Amino acid sequence: MIELTSQPLDPEKFTTAVRRGTNGAVVTFLGTTRDNFEGKRVLTLEYEAFDEMAVKKLEEVRQELMAEFGLDDLAIGHRTGAVAIGEISLVVAVGSPHRKEGFYACHKAVDRIKEVVPIWKKEVYEDGSRWVACEDHEFSHEHEAALERN
Amino acid sequence: MMQLTVRLFALYRERAGTKEFSLELPGGSTVADLTDAVRLRYPRLAPPDVKIVVAVNADYAEPEEILHPGDDVCLIPPVSGG
Repeated sequence: MIELTSQPLDPEKFTTAVRRGTNGAVVTFLGTTRDNFEGKRVLTLEYEAFDEMAVKKLEEVRQELMAEFGLDDLAIGHRTGAVAIGEISLVVAVGSPHRKEGFYACHKAVDRIKEVVPIWKKEVYEDGSRWVACEDHEFSHEHEAALERN
Repeated sequence: MMQLTVRLFALYRERAGTKEFSLELPGGSTVADLTDAVRLRYPRLAPPDVKIVVAVNADYAEPEEILHPGDDVCLIPPVSGG
């Protein structure tokens, strides 16, 4: 199951989706929105997604992890739009015959989602905002000077 | 020449001040040709030493990939889901 939604995520729905008699474990990860970044207070978070590609990439991650760890099923949910502090922005639920593979698969699924899925998180502060992970896109003084000259 | 619609997300959308724009490129142009044209059009989108990642038809595209009329082209700033 893959779900990309602007509505609150219910983890139970995802764990239920991967529970079955052949499994001995369900491992769940919940990503929740944090109220601080480097000492600054985060007021709220906004998620933007390239919907069609995000769903496609989430499904690819799902298939990849199921094949790698021999899982029956894996369910992923991700929020879009405004998400208040302390809410769930990501759910990954892994159903696995044994716990060890379940833990590994869940960990790797979260890493892969953060690497390849076109979803962007903006932290909103009292005095501004920032697109997370875009630090390499800051213009240096040299670049600014070059733009001014042109 | 071919006409392409380029869609922008997140940081790029805000920096360009638009969700999409159209671009005319010679037939047979590659993804690298496209990003060169994008940089000329929007020099403040990304610093010159930073790679602009492109998705074509909802898949990540290599710089040498050849573009075709009607391709869905999107510019993908660094992702930060989770």
